[in-house]
Amino acid sequence: MILVWLIVIPFAGGLLCWQAERLGDRATRLIALATMLCELLIALWLWTQLDFQLPALDGSDTQWAIEYRLPWITRFGIDIHLALDGLSLVLIALTGFLGVLAVLCSWNEIVRRIGFFHLNLLWILGGVVGVFLAIDLFLFFFFWELMLVPMYFLIALWGHSGSQGSTRIGAATKFFIYTQASGLLMLVAILGLVFAHHANTGEYSFSYAVLKETTLSPTLAFWLMLGFFVAFAVKLPVIPLHGWLPNAHAQAPTAGSVDLAGILLKTAAYGMMRFALPLFPEASQAFAPVAMGLGLLGIFYGAVLACGQQDIKRFVAYTSIAHMGFVLIGIYAGTTLALQGVVVLMVAHAFSAAGLFILSGQLYERLHTRQISEMGGLWGRLGSLPGLYLFFIAASLGMPTTANFVGEFMVLFGTFAMAPWVVALASVGLVLAAVYSLLLMQRVHYGPPKDDTPLKGLDIREFCMLLSIVVLILWVGIYPQPLLDTTSSAMGNIHRLFDTPSPLLPEAR
Amino acid sequence: MPLPTLAFAYLPLILVAATAITVMLGIAWRREHHVTVAVSVLGLTLALIAQITAWHVMPLTTPLLAFDGLAMLGGILVLASTLACAVLAHAYFETFQGAREEFYLLLLCAATGGLVLVASRHLASLFLGLELLSMPLYGMLAYAFHERRSLEAGIKYLILSAAASAFLLFGMALVYAQTGELELSALMATLTDGTGVWGLAGAGLMLVGLGFKLSVVPFHLWTPDVYEGGPGPAATFLATASKVAVFTLLLRLVLTTPAFQGEWLHTVLWVLALVSMLVGNLLALTQSNLKRLLGYSSIAHFGYMLLILVVADGLAAETGGVYLITYVLATLAAFGVVILVSSATDGEDAGSLHYYRGLFWRRPFLTAVMTVAMLSLAGIPATVGFIGKFYLVALGVEAQRWWLVGGIIAGSAIGLYYYLRVIVTLFLAEPGMQRRDASADWAVRAGGLVVLGAAVLVILLGLYPAPMIALAHAAGNVVVP
Repeated sequence: MILVWLIVIPFAGGLLCWQAERLGDRATRLIALATMLCELLIALWLWTQLDFQLPALDGSDTQWAIEYRLPWITRFGIDIHLALDGLSLVLIALTGFLGVLAVLCSWNEIVRRIGFFHLNLLWILGGVVGVFLAIDLFLFFFFWELMLVPMYFLIALWGHSGSQGSTRIGAATKFFIYTQASGLLMLVAILGLVFAHHANTGEYSFSYAVLKETTLSPTLAFWLMLGFFVAFAVKLPVIPLHGWLPNAHAQAPTAGSVDLAGILLKTAAYGMMRFALPLFPEASQAFAPVAMGLGLLGIFYGAVLACGQQDIKRFVAYTSIAHMGFVLIGIYAGTTLALQGVVVLMVAHAFSAAGLFILSGQLYERLHTRQISEMGGLWGRLGSLPGLYLFFIAASLGMPTTANFVGEFMVLFGTFAMAPWVVALASVGLVLAAVYSLLLMQRVHYGPPKDDTPLKGLDIREFCMLLSIVVLILWVGIYPQPLLDTTSSAMGNIHRLFDTPSPLLPEAR
Repeated sequence: MPLPTLAFAYLPLILVAATAITVMLGIAWRREHHVTVAVSVLGLTLALIAQITAWHVMPLTTPLLAFDGLAMLGGILVLASTLACAVLAHAYFETFQGAREEFYLLLLCAATGGLVLVASRHLASLFLGLELLSMPLYGMLAYAFHERRSLEAGIKYLILSAAASAFLLFGMALVYAQTGELELSALMATLTDGTGVWGLAGAGLMLVGLGFKLSVVPFHLWTPDVYEGGPGPAATFLATASKVAVFTLLLRLVLTTPAFQGEWLHTVLWVLALVSMLVGNLLALTQSNLKRLLGYSSIAHFGYMLLILVVADGLAAETGGVYLITYVLATLAAFGVVILVSSATDGEDAGSLHYYRGLFWRRPFLTAVMTVAMLSLAGIPATVGFIGKFYLVALGVEAQRWWLVGGIIAGSAIGLYYYLRVIVTLFLAEPGMQRRDASADWAVRAGGLVVLGAAVLVILLGLYPAPMIALAHAAGNVVVP
């Protein structure tokens, strides 16, 4: 039942915020903050209470730490089936944390219609939590599509219009159409799987555990896997399906960017690990070289395009593409080490991207521009902000002692045995990361200042927000063991799929 | 067949017809708008209850009519939409200068036609029902005849509909000449055995006639103009009850006649479906008038629904029922908002999108209704439209009609663009220009309650679709030729 509460709390909190607008701005923000804190605390409490190193080595149903099941649409065997394991818990805790940050960072930024703004913000988070918990494929798809609507509103109504004539509504629409159309492909794939199961057994079921056992012909499995992959690849994003991302990031308000980069992109990686790989292990193995190739392409494409960006938020958006390239490589390498690295990298990227977007938002509040060409020489004019910027840039480029380093290192180390050439090429991407990151730092904060008047420094709220992220990045960077322990059994399950020699494609390894 | 049972099945039809006569006599005696509405609503409500209780006596067949699950479901939908139209028309015509009462008379006659059409199994009852449905619509569409556009809509529909009826009649004649049958099932069975050129031409002409009523591409040209020009309640009736009735008829025809499978008719339907999905959605992209946009959107939706006719197997009947329910609910909600914002006295209806700019900030709940309706038409989860789309995709995947599944995906992606445009318009900053608005107390008036009820149902059935599925499943299980 606690799993239901995890989903209901953000939705209910959102409705409360909408109606609380008449009580004043402060009350609305406080309710939103309390909702997200509540979500975060429940997740942390669960973390301390549950044991995630379950003896799930036989791959039986003990995979889940908590499970909740309620019949929903019996005609098709659809249940409200929620379950939690280490992976979902980590991501839900992350959602709660970034939710708190998103509420805090829009404290001064959003001044219009804040009730409706917080409704949308909390509903996005509620939808995301639903995605992380649902293990009925219909329910998963339900939440997957549901979280798009409030995100659309967030970008379309509170976003910034871009510099080159690109409007926020255009960006929001592009985001929605990309993700919705690819989502429909996933729906087709889900239904294809369900009807294949129906043909075998004569029963309708959308249950993850049941559908995992479906026997499929290799061709059908390949096409269905592709349907899932495309939906997740759009959201991750993977080249060439990334067209929506830079615009959506650049045009979204800070809270929207934080959510988008911090959590929404992670739902795609989660979907791959939870659904695409376990449901179609052989097809995924056969597809792994292509996926890794796309990951490599993403690393280089993101890095090269990041170098040329003039808008700081677009810059961070392109670095996200590069980082997600590593995630994709790690997922399809399939070793336990690489998969663990993926989890750490996901968490690390959520922190560092959230930090950079929050800082970008704060720069925008002070300078009223996001153009890099209009910045320069900010060091010394802004108090401690440039120092924190340097820290997040260092984290983003994967400096040792930061969480990003741990993640990237584990991904590359874990992949080496499977695909040494991919690792060799991806390592070059690390160098490019250093190049674009330092280039940005140089252009924005060093060099001759445009103006000498000092700007407002960070206030307590902003400082605490950033400091908490800094602490977390360093903690995971120095002592990642608790995180690894929590997700090890979930990752081990996925790894075993790759480990079992496939009868169909013995050469896939 | 025992008479009482038969009377049960005929009761809704009799009640609606009796209400029409009562209203006519009432108008002759004294003109009272409120009383007329009250009598119409009462009669329609009783008919709706009778229709629901008649569920127990199905299936029944008479030489002209078949009372099976589809007829019951279609009847319920026709009566419910007519009821909604009558209630909405009350607010719309409240301040109308001129005769207001005849509108309800026309509405009731058209509903009678719809009830006949959903149950017809004979060419005679088909034509009778179709004409009884269409003729009052000419009057309803041109009801605000001092308005140029309304008159234009009425005349346009009159001429094109008459042409379509001529096609239909000519087709019937040719088919009869070929087969010597007037009963639909017997006719379709004979047609495919040794289809001669006359029978082929006849069936084709009939398809043109029915395709016109459903506004399937390429017979769709009248739709946007008529939707835009007609008074709100008339356009609503056209979009919901009229189309539901025609589609139900086609569905029965296809389900009970195996001849439709694997034949030339099949290919024609397949192509019409794909073209309607794409053309309807593409033409809607550039519309800046909400009523025209809904017109094009309905073309696309009936394109999706043609998939059901193409497959006509397995889940088809159930899908048909579910999709009709979802379509009717969302369309009623969307048109209801337009009607509440418009009024027959203020010139043409508030169709233009700029009237709705920033509606959220002054009428949050009305906007919520419109948003829900648009999301449902777009097929977003947590609305009933998603369940409909889920069924359609499931049907397409099960029958492995990949082209049509691809068409649905492409159509939905294109459709999102214009549905989202409408939604975001509702939430944009208010302009300082002249505006049209619903009356302040819209939510506690009858029309407002209908609209709110439709929106609440869209959400509730979207979250818990089991009752709707059970209804459609039960209806789809009992189909008699």
